[in-house]
Amino acid sequence: MQNVGKVRIKRNYENCSGCRRCEITCSLYHEGKIWPEASRVRVFMLVPGVEIPHLCFQCDDYPCVEECPEEALSVDGQTGAIITHKSKCTACGICINACPGRVPHLHPQNDHIVICDLCGGTPKCTVTCQEGKWDTLILIEGEDVETEKISARTPKELTHETARKIMGENATEEVYEW
Amino acid sequence: MVNGYAGTFLEIDLTNNKIEEITFSDKILQDYIGGRGLGVKILWDRLGSKWETIDPLGPENVLLMLTGPFTGYFLGARTCVTGKSPQGNGIIGSTVGGEFGVELKCAGYDGIIFTGKAEKPSYVFICDDAVEIKDASHVWGKTSRESMRYLIKDSMNAIKKIHPNYGEFKEPSVLYIGPAGENKSRVAAVAAKYTHAAGYGGYGGVMGSKNLKAVVVKGFGSLPDVIDQDKMLELSQEFSKRCFMIEFFRRWGTGSGGYTFGAESSSEPVRNWQEEWHNEESYKGEEFDKFWIKKYWGDYGCPVTCLKLAVLRDGKYEGAICDNPDYELEAFLGPNLGIFSPEQNIYLSYIIEELGFCGIQGGAILGFTGELFQRGILTKEDLGGINLEWGNVDAFAELARKIAFREGIGDILAEGIYRAALKLEEMKKQEVLKYAIHLKGMAIGAHGLKSGKDIVTSTPIGYSVSVQAGDHTSTAALPIDGLGSELRSIMSDSGVYCNFTTFTLAFAQIADFYQAVTGWELPKEVWFGEKGLRILQLQRTVSLIGGPDVTWRLKQDDTLPSRFWEPLPSGPFKGESIDRNAFEKLKSEYYTVVGWNEEGVPTSEILHKLDLKDVESKLKKEGLL
Repeated sequence: MQNVGKVRIKRNYENCSGCRRCEITCSLYHEGKIWPEASRVRVFMLVPGVEIPHLCFQCDDYPCVEECPEEALSVDGQTGAIITHKSKCTACGICINACPGRVPHLHPQNDHIVICDLCGGTPKCTVTCQEGKWDTLILIEGEDVETEKISARTPKELTHETARKIMGENATEEVYEW
Repeated sequence: MVNGYAGTFLEIDLTNNKIEEITFSDKILQDYIGGRGLGVKILWDRLGSKWETIDPLGPENVLLMLTGPFTGYFLGARTCVTGKSPQGNGIIGSTVGGEFGVELKCAGYDGIIFTGKAEKPSYVFICDDAVEIKDASHVWGKTSRESMRYLIKDSMNAIKKIHPNYGEFKEPSVLYIGPAGENKSRVAAVAAKYTHAAGYGGYGGVMGSKNLKAVVVKGFGSLPDVIDQDKMLELSQEFSKRCFMIEFFRRWGTGSGGYTFGAESSSEPVRNWQEEWHNEESYKGEEFDKFWIKKYWGDYGCPVTCLKLAVLRDGKYEGAICDNPDYELEAFLGPNLGIFSPEQNIYLSYIIEELGFCGIQGGAILGFTGELFQRGILTKEDLGGINLEWGNVDAFAELARKIAFREGIGDILAEGIYRAALKLEEMKKQEVLKYAIHLKGMAIGAHGLKSGKDIVTSTPIGYSVSVQAGDHTSTAALPIDGLGSELRSIMSDSGVYCNFTTFTLAFAQIADFYQAVTGWELPKEVWFGEKGLRILQLQRTVSLIGGPDVTWRLKQDDTLPSRFWEPLPSGPFKGESIDRNAFEKLKSEYYTVVGWNEEGVPTSEILHKLDLKDVESKLKKEGLL
C-alpha cells in the first residue's frame, strides 16, 4: 500500500485522565448520540488509573484492508484513515483478527465493523482532549505523520506497558486478566 | 418514551432469586427526579409505615443503586446508593463517581432495587438483557483490589460468551464491598475503582448484610435519547468552559487542603478534633504532589478531573495506590491520627480502601480509638496488643484490619463511633460518648465550624439541621434557595451529578440542562418551594422516626458534638467558639423557613401543602406531631 496519509493521532497514554470525553464526542459525531461502545475511540480501563484510549493506529501495510474478503475497507488517500463501506461489510470479523491491535469491533447494534475514520481529517476527539489540556490525543498533520508512526497494540498490551510506567514493575500483576 | 431515562428499573429479590423489571410513572420521576429523591420516595412508599421496625442490616431493608437524568449527559457521572442507613437510621443519599451509572443506563436500566438477602455470598452480573445472581463465595473475604480482579475476569468471560464475535469490548463497571462491608460494619463503603466510594450512610454494611459482594454491569447500548440534544450540548460546552477556567482546582483538586484547612482556616480534625489547627509544612500539597503519578484523573465526562493518582513506588509501603488522597482522607487518615506524612497518609488511604471502609467514617473510628488510648480508657491489652500512639501509622493500619474482620475490639468498633461509645461506656464504666464526634450516629466531615473560616460550612447550623447529619456534601444554610442550601444538594444527588462541576452555576442553568434532557421544566420556585422541599420533609421524617436500635428525637439532637462547643485551643483563631444563643436563633429561623415546628417536626401545614398527608399520619402515630 502506498497510501501514506497526512493525518495521524498521537497518544500519550500516561496523560489520559480517564474522562472519556473523547468517546462522548466521537459517538455524538458518528452516531448522533452518546454511545460508549459505538465510539471509534474507546477508553479501556483494565486497571484503575491506567486508561487507554484505543483507536486505529494506521499501520503501514493496513492488514485489515488487505484481509477483508468483501473489499469493505479502504484507505482514504488524503488522510490515511480507514473507510468502512457499511453496505459491503458482512461483519465476519476477519479484520479484527488481522489487526495487530485488535482495533476494529462490531457496531453494538448494526451488522458492520467500526473503525476510526479521522472524522475526514479533523478528528473531534483531539479537539476535545486539547481543550481540556489533557494532552493525551494529539493531532499530527503533514510530514510529522511519518515521524509519529506507531505500531498497533491491543488494549491489554498497552495497559501493561503503561501500567509499568505509571505504577512500576510490579504493577502489571494488578492488570485485569481473563 | 421518557427522555433522559432508560425507563426501566431492575428489582432484584435476593431471597427468592427473582429478577423483575419495573417502571415509575412520569409524575413520580418529575417530582423525585432520580437518585436521592427517587430513593427517598421508594423507601418511604415501601417501608415508611413500619420505618421504626426496619433493621437497616436486616433482610427487610431495601438497597438502591440509582442513576438520575443527569447521569452520563452531565459533566462527571455519578451513581447514588441509598437505603435505610445503619448509621443514623434515616436515609442518606450517598453518591459515588465513575462509569457504573453510565453502563447501567446503556444496559437499559435507570437503577436497581435490591430486597431480601441472598442465601450465600453473591454478586449480580448485568449485560444488557442478561441479568444474573451469581456465586461470589470465591471472592468473599478478599480485599477490594483482588475482588475486583476476580469479578472482572468472571464477567469478561461471561460477556465474551454473549458477544463471541464482537472484537474487544470495554470492561464492565463494578460497585463492590471489601471485608468491612462483608462483616456488616456500619462504617463500610460501597466502592468503585480505587478509593471511589459512596461512604456516608454505611451502605457497604447493608450490601454485606444482604450477602451481596458486588454488582457488575456492562451496557452495549447508547444512552437514552434526550429531548433537545443541541441545547444540551451547548450547555454542556458552556459549563465545561467554566470548569476549564478553574485551573487551581483542576491542578490541585482538594489535595492541597490537608495543609490549608489546618494552617489557614483552623477547621481540620487534628487528633480526633482535639485541635483544628496544624502548621505542618510536611503536609503541603507540593509534598503530596511528589507521589502523584497523574495530576489530572477523573471519571466519565468530567471537565475538571480533580482526582490525582498517588502511587508509592518505593520505600516501606511500596505498591500502595490510591486516588489523591482527597482532602477528606488527607484529614481523617492524617492529622486526625497525628499523621503528617503524605507517604503514610497515602499508605493508610490504600489500606482503608483495600478493607472497604468509608475514609471519613473509618478515619473517625480510628481517631476516636486513638483518643481513648491517649486517655488510658482503652489500653494496649484492650486493643489486642496494638500500641495506638498518635502518628503510629502501622498501629492504625492494624486496628483497621481488626475492625474490618471484627477481631477482638474490632467487633465493637465496627459499629461506628456512636454505638461503639455506648458499648464502651458500659464496659469501662466511664464517660466515652463525648469523644465520639458524631451527629445522629454519623461522623462529621473534615470541616470544623469554630473558626468560621471553613469554605464548605458557612453556618454553624450547617450539619445540625441537615437531613444527612454530618455529611459535608449536604449541609444546610439559608437562604433556602441559595448556593449553600441543602435543597441544592438534594438536586445534585437526585439529578445525580457532581457538585464540583456545578458550584459556579445558578440553579436556572441546572434547570435548563434538566429541561434539555427531559423536556420537563423545573422553575426555581417549584424546586425550592415544593419538589425539593418535599424530599427534605420525607428525609427529616424518617430521620426523626429512626429505630429500631437508635432514635434521634426532636430538637435536642439538632445540636453539635460537645467538643464543638468548646473554644479552639490553638492556632491563629485560638479562643474562637460557637455562640449558643446565635446558634439557637439560626436554628429557629431555619425551622420556620422549612416548615418545622419549634420541636423540629414538619408541621401539618407544610405537609398538607406538599401533599404528604400520609407523613402527617405517621408522625402523629409516633407521637411526634
